Amino acid sequence: MSRNSPGWVMPASLLAALLLGLLPLPVPLQPYRPYWLALVMVYWLIEAPDRFGLGFAFLSGVLADLCFGTVLGEQALRLTVMAFIVQRFRAQLRFFPLSQQALAIAGLLLNDRVVVAVVHLALDEPQPPLAAWWSPLVGMVLWGPVFLLLDRLRLGGRK
Amino acid sequence: MPSYTSPHASRPGDVAGTLKLLAWLVLAIALIVLDHRGGWLAQLRHRAVAVVQPLWWLAGMPARIGDTLSESAATRNHLASENRVLRNALLVSGARVARLQAASAENAHLRELLGAARRNGGLDVQLAPVLDVDLDPTRQRLLLDAGTRDGVSLGQAVIDAGGLVGQIISVQAGTATVLLLTDPDHAVPVMVARSGVRLLAYGSGRSDRLALANVPLSADVRVGDVVLTSGLGGRFPAGFPVGTIVALHPDDSHAFLVGDVRPAARLDRGRDVLLLREQATR
Repeated sequence: MSRNSPGWVMPASLLAALLLGLLPLPVPLQPYRPYWLALVMVYWLIEAPDRFGLGFAFLSGVLADLCFGTVLGEQALRLTVMAFIVQRFRAQLRFFPLSQQALAIAGLLLNDRVVVAVVHLALDEPQPPLAAWWSPLVGMVLWGPVFLLLDRLRLGGRK
Repeated sequence: MPSYTSPHASRPGDVAGTLKLLAWLVLAIALIVLDHRGGWLAQLRHRAVAVVQPLWWLAGMPARIGDTLSESAATRNHLASENRVLRNALLVSGARVARLQAASAENAHLRELLGAARRNGGLDVQLAPVLDVDLDPTRQRLLLDAGTRDGVSLGQAVIDAGGLVGQIISVQAGTATVLLLTDPDHAVPVMVARSGVRLLAYGSGRSDRLALANVPLSADVRVGDVVLTSGLGGRFPAGFPVGTIVALHPDDSHAFLVGDVRPAARLDRGRDVLLLREQATR
């Protein structure tokens, strides 16, 4: 199935996720910004596991680090950890209904916040604001739309 | 719910997967340590940032378009009334400017009389728009829409109407990154305007607080004092407002005071900043 997906969808989704991550938001809303890149990456890991793996997660993480000005390697680490978990549970995740998938995504994103906290603690950097712990919930709500949109784009190109 | 994979079939794959995970994790941690501690990657990062520059520009676009639209959507009526208000404001400002010019002339005259050291009168500044992009909110950085092409150079002091904002820490062709006063990595030599006591103001990681550390108990420092750049160290020119002391309390050892300073510059708002061209070392 993935062999037939048009080649531009993956780079375009990655670019869109990076742009959405950089888009200026009003200051009080900033901590709630969902981790778009993670949503997009999880989609590709679930749907096209033969093409996208840990290396893909790592490289997109490095790219994100460059874009967001975070310590080089931080997001690479976060995304690699997330990709590994997704790969382990891919068989189950793939056949979950969308609602259950969204719950699993919330769990993944929450785990990601823990990784962030640990990395910042280890580097002696300031912790993100407490409100950032809500962003997994935003991610959970957005998983459905993101999944359906990417599915439409990926399969729509197959004639 | 039936299981779609047999648990035993994927065992060898699991081991290989874990090894791969470990390899990538080690690589990521190595990157983090190199970037955080050594700064060896600075050069590499500098190059790579040029690649993501268009992305920043693109991310700032919706805000710019929004501005343009809201400006052009203003009705004629609104423009007329705004025009009237501005005309009034212009008159008032004109009067003020005339007064200031008189004061400035008098000031110059007095300076000459005093034989004060010759200073170049006006500040040589350059206006730089802030690129509307959120870099990581936990690091206090600002991205400017001006780079080497516009004559921006490393280490330039950045100010706004209120006071000192920070300094340029990296310059690309079309953009420059400002390290804000409030970044935890930043420190600025300051002096209390009232008494002349010299101190250091450190960033706290919050955009509305700076920290004064190791203030001697006997120092003539009070809550409400204004602190200015002292010009020591040569990085920042002297005499720019840094902030106002809002709290002073003893530190853990009770041998020194620590203070909280509210920055004078409006670090978290505004669309433009000023870059000082004037060299701090004269």
